[in-house]
Amino acid sequence: MTISRQTFLRLSGLSLAAVAFRRIARAVTGPKWGMAIDLAKCAGQDNCTQCAAACRQAHNVPQIPDSRHEIHWIWKEPFNRALPNQADEYSTISSAPVMVMCNHCEHPPCVRVCPTQATFQREDGIVAMDYHRCIGCRYCMAACPYGSRSFNWQDPRPYIASPNPDFPTRTKGVVEKCNFCSERISTGRLPACVEACPEKALTFGNLNDPNSAIRQLLGSRRHIRRKPELGTGPKVFYIV
Amino acid sequence: MRDRPIIFTGLALFLVLVTFPAWHNLSAGVTTRGPNPVLPRDQKQCIEPTAFMKTSHMQLLMNWRDAVVRQNLRQFTASDGKHYNIGLTNTCLKQCHGGKADFCDRCHNYSAVSLTCWNCHVDSQKGFANQGFRSAL
Repeated sequence: MTISRQTFLRLSGLSLAAVAFRRIARAVTGPKWGMAIDLAKCAGQDNCTQCAAACRQAHNVPQIPDSRHEIHWIWKEPFNRALPNQADEYSTISSAPVMVMCNHCEHPPCVRVCPTQATFQREDGIVAMDYHRCIGCRYCMAACPYGSRSFNWQDPRPYIASPNPDFPTRTKGVVEKCNFCSERISTGRLPACVEACPEKALTFGNLNDPNSAIRQLLGSRRHIRRKPELGTGPKVFYIV
Repeated sequence: MRDRPIIFTGLALFLVLVTFPAWHNLSAGVTTRGPNPVLPRDQKQCIEPTAFMKTSHMQLLMNWRDAVVRQNLRQFTASDGKHYNIGLTNTCLKQCHGGKADFCDRCHNYSAVSLTCWNCHVDSQKGFANQGFRSAL
């Protein structure tokens, strides 16, 4: 069978168009995950860190006492460090600390700088990491404006008190961060932090679905995001 | 003949050095019988036929890895139509092979292949304390 140059070019063009169409269709129809954190509810219990504990347990996040080596997936920051310039000195919301995590940005700077594509953005918007590919260059840590990434300066296993055999640990020399519980979402469960919150301050859901709980919440309540001026498009929203 | 002690010492050293690989292999348990991995008793076939698994298990595992991590596909359909949840610890070890010591390690030690899988993935049978974790649960 012979094929003319014109037919070959036409077929190539059609195939490319089909691939592009499939991608666009998936991006429009598929879910886009996001989270809303109600600051008032979150401050309801003093010194509550149940979300962080659940995350640590689910993902084998080590607890390293040396602050230079510590690993964070979800943690508390003082208001003015988490959401700088977003409250004045008379505002009441700035008194309590804020839970912060990876924002799973719409335009993630960490993905742009990763030289091995170990960090990448999934079609559902989750900024995921392939620890097998991470070479530990820490460009992503320099690029992330939220400090959401931690580097394993040492073997994390001695600092994991109750290991979860169902989830791998990380190893010395790789960067890690929150994965929006992609392993739980794929089986239809909510992220561990959302499930663990006693005040139900965390709402997780599909931002593409106008009827989802998170869209209802964002549609009815005033909310802010971390450093919106940078244009990264965080998908973690803070209800104020 | 005054050099006899030096000559015999040299000869003895030479013999030890030349036969060192044989002693080393003997001490590491490498014999002509082969690595002799322990096979699961209640399963007849692995994910794919044995011949394929022997030659290509590493490619299969790498495809699994890329499927889960990069494409979010957590189910695998084998060539005989059976479905498997993709997972090194949860499927390979927990469902069939038990621990890595009697299966993976036997062949890899025999052929001097060092793996990095277990730096992160957990061997469910070995006990946490033996894998560097703080507690021994």
